[in-house]
Amino acid sequence: MKYPIQLTPKERLLKAVQMRKDIVEMVHAANSGHPGGSLSSVEVLVHMFYEVLKIDTDNPKWEDRDYFIFCKCHITPAIYSILSRVGFFDPATLNTFRKMGSELQGHPSRFYPKGIEMSGGSLGQNISITQGVALGLKAQGKANRVYGLSSEGDLQEGCSWEALMSAAHYRLDNLTLFVDYNKLQIDGNVEDVMGVAPLDEKFKAFNWHTIVVNDGHDFDEIIAAVKQAETLTGRPKVIILNTVKGKGISFMENNAGWHGKAPSDEELKIALDELNKKEQEILTMQ
Amino acid sequence: MAGREMLLTRQGWADALIELGEKDPKVVVLDADLAKSTLTSLFKEKFPKRFFDIGIAEQNMINTAGGLSLTGLIPFVSTYGVFVSGRAWEQIRTSICYGELNVKFGGAHGGVSVGPDGATHQALEEITIMRVLPKMTVIVPSDYYETKKAVLAAAKINGPVYIRFGREKVPVVTKADSLFEVGKANIMKEGKDVTIVACGAMVAEALDAAEILEKEGISAEIINLHTIKPIDKNCLIDSVKKTGCVVTAEEHQMAGGMGSAVFELLAQNYAVPGEMVGVNDTFGESGQPRELMVKYGLTSKEICEKSKKVIIRKK
Repeated sequence: MKYPIQLTPKERLLKAVQMRKDIVEMVHAANSGHPGGSLSSVEVLVHMFYEVLKIDTDNPKWEDRDYFIFCKCHITPAIYSILSRVGFFDPATLNTFRKMGSELQGHPSRFYPKGIEMSGGSLGQNISITQGVALGLKAQGKANRVYGLSSEGDLQEGCSWEALMSAAHYRLDNLTLFVDYNKLQIDGNVEDVMGVAPLDEKFKAFNWHTIVVNDGHDFDEIIAAVKQAETLTGRPKVIILNTVKGKGISFMENNAGWHGKAPSDEELKIALDELNKKEQEILTMQ
Repeated sequence: MAGREMLLTRQGWADALIELGEKDPKVVVLDADLAKSTLTSLFKEKFPKRFFDIGIAEQNMINTAGGLSLTGLIPFVSTYGVFVSGRAWEQIRTSICYGELNVKFGGAHGGVSVGPDGATHQALEEITIMRVLPKMTVIVPSDYYETKKAVLAAAKINGPVYIRFGREKVPVVTKADSLFEVGKANIMKEGKDVTIVACGAMVAEALDAAEILEKEGISAEIINLHTIKPIDKNCLIDSVKKTGCVVTAEEHQMAGGMGSAVFELLAQNYAVPGEMVGVNDTFGESGQPRELMVKYGLTSKEICEKSKKVIIRKK
C-alpha cells in the first residue's frame, strides 16, 4: 500500500482511538512497556503516516521514501501500532510485544518489524542519527524528506544539542523534528527534574525554524504546522507539540506514574470502556 | 634492528582514505576538529564535499556517521582514540554495533608514545572497550603499510571496524606487498622455544627481542596479531602447541587488551604458561615517546625478560 492518502476528520479521530486501544492492550498483555508517552504521540503519527509520508508498505526500503525516525524509542506501543495499522505488518502480532522470540522488541531493532528505519532506545542518540540521515541525503542531492519524533527527555541529553548544532550548521532544510512535549518524565515534572524550558527559544538560538503547536492532539493544528514547515527553507525545522502524557485515558493523563507501567485487568477494562465510548461519539458525529 | 625506515601510521590512514575516495564516491570522512593532526585534512583537500567536520562533538560525529551510512554512504570517522572509543562508546555500542551500521573508526594517538600531550590524550583502553562489542572488528596495525592495508580492507567489510594507530613515526616492519588479511595473523619469524604475540608498535620491539634472544640461544616465534577481533585461533593454537609458552606485548592496558584476548582463547583451547607485556593499570604522563616506552616497560627488554621467565615456567 502506498501513502500518503487523504483521511476525513472522522477517520483521523477513529484511527487515533484505534491506536490508543492498541497501546493499552499491548502494554497490558506484556505487563510492561510505556503507555504515557505512547498516548501523547498518537495524533502526529496518524497524520504523518497516513497523510504526509511518501512510503510504500510493500517496499519498506523504497529508495524515494520519506524517512520517519523515532528518537523516543520507548514508545514502541505507539510505533508498532501505527506501523501495523498502515500495513507494514499484521496487527494480530501486536500481542507478542516484548515477548521472547517476538520481532516486537521492547525497544526497536533496526531490522524488524518492517517500517523501522533505525534501532533505538537510548535517549539522545537518534536526533543525531536523524540529522545524519538528512545530511547523507542532502550530500547526495536526494529529495527524500526526513522526519524525527523526539521528546523533551531526548533534549536533556548533550548529544542531542550537538546534533541540533550540526543540523543547523549544515543547513539541513530536508529535516523536520517533532518534539512530543508532554512535560513529564519518570521522576516527575520535567521542570522539577531538569528543566528544558524555554524549548522554543533554545531551538531558535540554535538557528532552527521553530513552530509551536499549542494543542498537539488537535489535528487541524498539527496539519497547519506540518504545512508551514514545508514552506520553510535554508535551515532545519522543529515542530514543538504541546501534548498531554497519557492522553485519552482519564486516569493516565498528566500522571508521571504511567510513564512505564502496565494497567491491571481492571484498569484495562476502564481504559477500553473510555475508548469505546469515544469511538461511539466519533461515529455519531455529523 | 637498526636501519629500519620510520613512517607515520596515521599517514597510512590518510593515504588509504584518499585511495578509497578516488575509487568509490560513497566513501566520506568525518573528523572532530583534529583533521590536521589525524591527516584527514589531506582527504578534505581532495574531496571537500565528502568531508564533514563535526566540530568537537564526538558523540554526534559517531551518530552522524551512522545516519550517513543509512543513506548508503561509507563513513570513516577520525579522531583521537580516547575521544572516539571512550567519549562516544555508547553511540558506538547502541547505534553503530547493535544497528550493524557500516561505519569505520580510525582511532589515532593510541598508546603512551603520544608523548608530551600526556595521560589525557594517550589512549590505553580502546582494544578492551571496542573488542567487547558484538559485530565489531578491531585492528591494530604495526606500521605505515599495514595501516594502509587495514583501512583498505575495512572498506570491504560491511559493518563496524575500529583501527587503532599512533602519533609518532614507527619502524616499518612489513612491506608494501606483504600479505594482509583481516583476522589472519602474520608469523613474522618462526621459532620453537617461545611464542611472542604482539600488535601495533610492539611488533618492532618483539622482532628486536627475537634477535637478542637468538644470541642467547632462545628461538622465538613472532606473531603479528594485527587483528584482535576476530582473533586468529588456529595460528595462535598451532604456535603454542609447538613452543609450549607465550608472551604477549601491547602498548595498551594489559587488562582486557590484546593479551587478554589471546589468553581467553588459549585458556579454553590449549592452555600454556603465559606472560604479558603492557601497561599495568596506570595512566601515562608527559615525556618523550621513547622515554615513556622505557618507563612503562614497553620495550624489547621486557619482552626478553618475560620470555625467559615463561620458558622456565614450562618445566
